[in-house]
Amino acid sequence: MKTKESFVSTTNACKLCKPLGATLAFKGVEGCVPFLHGSQGCATYMRRYIISHFREPMDIASSSLGEKNAIYGGGPNLKKGLLNVMQKYGAKVVGVASTCLTETIGDDMPMIIAEFRREFGDLDLPEIVQVSTPSYEGTHTEGFHAAVRAMADQLVTDKVEPHGGVNVMPGLASAEDQRHLAELVRLFGAEPTLLPDTSDTLDGPALMEYERIPSGGTPLSAIRAMSGARGTVELGRTLKGMRTGGDGLAQRFDVPLFKIGTPVGLRETDGLCAALEAITGAPMPKALLKERGRLVDALVDGHKYVFGKRVVVYGEPDLAIGLTAFLAEMGAQPVLVATGAEKCGLAGHVAEACGDLLRERPEICEGVDFHEIAEKAEAMGPELLVGNSKGYPSARKWNIPLIRTGFPIHDRFGGQRILHMGYKGALGLYDAVVNAVLEKKQSDSPVGYGYL
Amino acid sequence: MAETSPLTVFEERQDQIHCTGDGPFEMACNRDSLAGAVSQRACVFCGSRVVLYPIADALHLVHGPIGCAAYTWDIRGSLSSGPELHRLSFSTDLRERDVIFGGEKKLAAALDELIDRHHPNAAFVYSTCIVGIIGDDLEAVCRTMTEKKGIPVIPVLSEGFKGNKRAGYLAACKAMNRLVGTGDVTDISPVSVNILGDFNLAGEIWIIRNYFERMGVQVVANITGDGRVADIRRAHGAALNVVQCSGATLDLAKMMREEHGVPFVRAAYLGIEDMADSLYRIADFFKGIDPGIVDRTRALVREEVSALLPRLAEMRRDLEGKKAAIYVGGAFKAFSLIKAFRHLGMTVAVVGSQTGTEEDYAELAQVTDPGTIIIDDANPLELSRFVKEKDVDVFVGGVKERPIAYKLGVGFCDHNHERKIALEGFEGMYNFAREVHASAMSPVWRFVPRREAQNRAAAKGGTAPADAGSDAPAPGEANIPNDKEAVA
Ligand code: SF4
Ligand code: SF4
Repeated sequence: MKTKESFVSTTNACKLCKPLGATLAFKGVEGCVPFLHGSQGCATYMRRYIISHFREPMDIASSSLGEKNAIYGGGPNLKKGLLNVMQKYGAKVVGVASTCLTETIGDDMPMIIAEFRREFGDLDLPEIVQVSTPSYEGTHTEGFHAAVRAMADQLVTDKVEPHGGVNVMPGLASAEDQRHLAELVRLFGAEPTLLPDTSDTLDGPALMEYERIPSGGTPLSAIRAMSGARGTVELGRTLKGMRTGGDGLAQRFDVPLFKIGTPVGLRETDGLCAALEAITGAPMPKALLKERGRLVDALVDGHKYVFGKRVVVYGEPDLAIGLTAFLAEMGAQPVLVATGAEKCGLAGHVAEACGDLLRERPEICEGVDFHEIAEKAEAMGPELLVGNSKGYPSARKWNIPLIRTGFPIHDRFGGQRILHMGYKGALGLYDAVVNAVLEKKQSDSPVGYGYL
Repeated sequence: MAETSPLTVFEERQDQIHCTGDGPFEMACNRDSLAGAVSQRACVFCGSRVVLYPIADALHLVHGPIGCAAYTWDIRGSLSSGPELHRLSFSTDLRERDVIFGGEKKLAAALDELIDRHHPNAAFVYSTCIVGIIGDDLEAVCRTMTEKKGIPVIPVLSEGFKGNKRAGYLAACKAMNRLVGTGDVTDISPVSVNILGDFNLAGEIWIIRNYFERMGVQVVANITGDGRVADIRRAHGAALNVVQCSGATLDLAKMMREEHGVPFVRAAYLGIEDMADSLYRIADFFKGIDPGIVDRTRALVREEVSALLPRLAEMRRDLEGKKAAIYVGGAFKAFSLIKAFRHLGMTVAVVGSQTGTEEDYAELAQVTDPGTIIIDDANPLELSRFVKEKDVDVFVGGVKERPIAYKLGVGFCDHNHERKIALEGFEGMYNFAREVHASAMSPVWRFVPRREAQNRAAAKGGTAPADAGSDAPAPGEANIPNDKEAVA
């Protein structure tokens, strides 16, 4: 495996900054306003970036530090900002993430927030969750998980009466993925609590009134009750080496934790079903068996189209691992798996998820940017790209299809409604892959076949 | 004032909102964004980046942590007729180590590497918030690299927190001003201009250049759309600077007037009148040395406008009486848009900008109809409230405003830096009309909850109130449901 030492500079980063991930996580809590402690620009840029993917309102408040605050500390601005968000937005929860600026000037957020609670204790204060997210260490993925952990640690404080529910930490999943995950848990006869759940807040209906805080998201009461769940499923193989929100619940409240791979493709979804079976004690539901059967049937029907296709996968590590495993299952040949994240053990996880399916090991790259990805991939003669929309310049240059997955998708419509997970998600992805191959074949062919 | 102002959502923002016809004009603007509000405003770096990035043969290196560069990767439709170096996103991607020990070495190494790889004609190095804190000496690194690489390596002092976007414009102008005056000007015509403040979104600067060429005016430098380093270096050889926009490049025009004696005129390319006026103003400037220019310009305008008007008339028939809201970056654009909407038979009910000056707003108050809401540095709450209250049909804004409009079931036109459709010049006016028409006339608004309610009310026989379903706001209160309802 190669990590990025080859270049000093970064060109077209294959990662985003840490607080962006945190704001996405906070957005999945009911009545929560994500809040960046830093200068105004970061919040505005992130909003724009997120909105371009979801085409939904995404408010991120900011403590809007100016030059003076940068010198004398941002505490007063943070407090004032919290008051504003609480009074004018009616926030029930405020998710505060630090930024590079406030980390560098050394603002002590926990202390400032404790002070705030003391000073304004007479008011009906919202819950304030805080997380440290300096971008100079870690990416948006890590920021997301850090925020989830912060919420689990700071909001789930007491053991509640055991209930039959199942906690799901979906990771950076699309709105459609989250809806599907909830449905899967229900198929096993249990009530899910997703942390976070942005399936409504970032994919909401048309409205009569503009909502200051979009409805949806996991209610605070449900989050508090996560201590009484029958088990927690945490998605993402890279989480195995980290202390996560699920770990906290397991250690403090003995909620059994299942850290499993992001359920993309056949076997990773099998893993999810096994975990849900173990937690709920319910057998695999018939409806799901049928979905699984349909997926296997499709894999058989299409296997010749995709066999040996050289694929480059890139993006957020856990999704990339799942996608690679699925490509391996369908008989394609992932040649390069790349991410901008570092120290996530990508090589080991890909090897584990793919098992003995691959005839050749793909090259694995951590900490790379799109410049390096393109440079490496070009020599491999890729026939298909799988990842977010930022790989488009390469797809265009090489005239090969790009299957858009994950976040962000800035050049297509409906990114939040792409289903990646479960048998159903796999089936949809499979159709997309096979059809991309067919379309390419058709348009490159002088014959113009009408049957393929 | 508190109890008499029904317009505020945040008390501190009272004097940043004005309603035309409501007493004497008095507005505070250009103040720092309010902590805790969701401002649409950007940072100094954003301002600098917006101005400089279209220079297509320069290397644009963002010195800072990854986000600042990642969020600005190829986000604008600034086209280039040649090199496209500006479409890549370069960053030093500062890490903890760099933050502790300083990022100067990494910056120098990154410049070394990137200049060797891409052979740019100049390099701009943008500082971001962190760099302002850790105190890297950009000036020194750039000086060394200029010597080492033999191209101008120019620092852009754009630490995000040191002001707003406008401070970034100034930093960008200062950076460009270092290039101006370093190129050869011998073959430049006495009838020549630089185009300042156009960024060639969707090829707009090509439209404007074409007009100038038809008038017999040589364009020396595009600043900065489809811009080239060599052109900017000899920009001082032009007879006149034509400056669009109230803020972005005006500072450069002023610097060039002082240092090189190049006069400037203001111009605006949006809408029929502003476009024609701008061309006439330039013709006027040159008529002493080129008497034929006035006639050539008149002929050009006549030709373009007579082709345009019948095409507009078709759309105007549909649009007559519809209402628009405008929220743009610079106030200058708002003026042009107000006039453009008049051509379509539409009224402007809400108008605001991120970076307008007090004079801008005073002027807006004069040119708008009584009852028009004028707003500085708006947040989503305010925008949504006024859009709904005024029951507008089309909202013109940037990508951050789009979901606000769409959620409420209001048409939307992207008029920001990310637009992919040329809106400048006479043909731009046609494109604009088509955009507005396509949004306002779509049948989908019939199905959105707000209109469905209105239509239901109308069907019952009563006349529907403008914002069916919500009560008028109490004085001093925001027109938003109370906390319990909102979060229930
Ligand atoms: S860090 Fe500073 S320069 Fe970068 S986006 Fe944020 S406010 Fe702007
Ligand atoms: S300063 Fe840090 S938090 Fe802000 S945009 Fe840049 S990387 Fe992100």
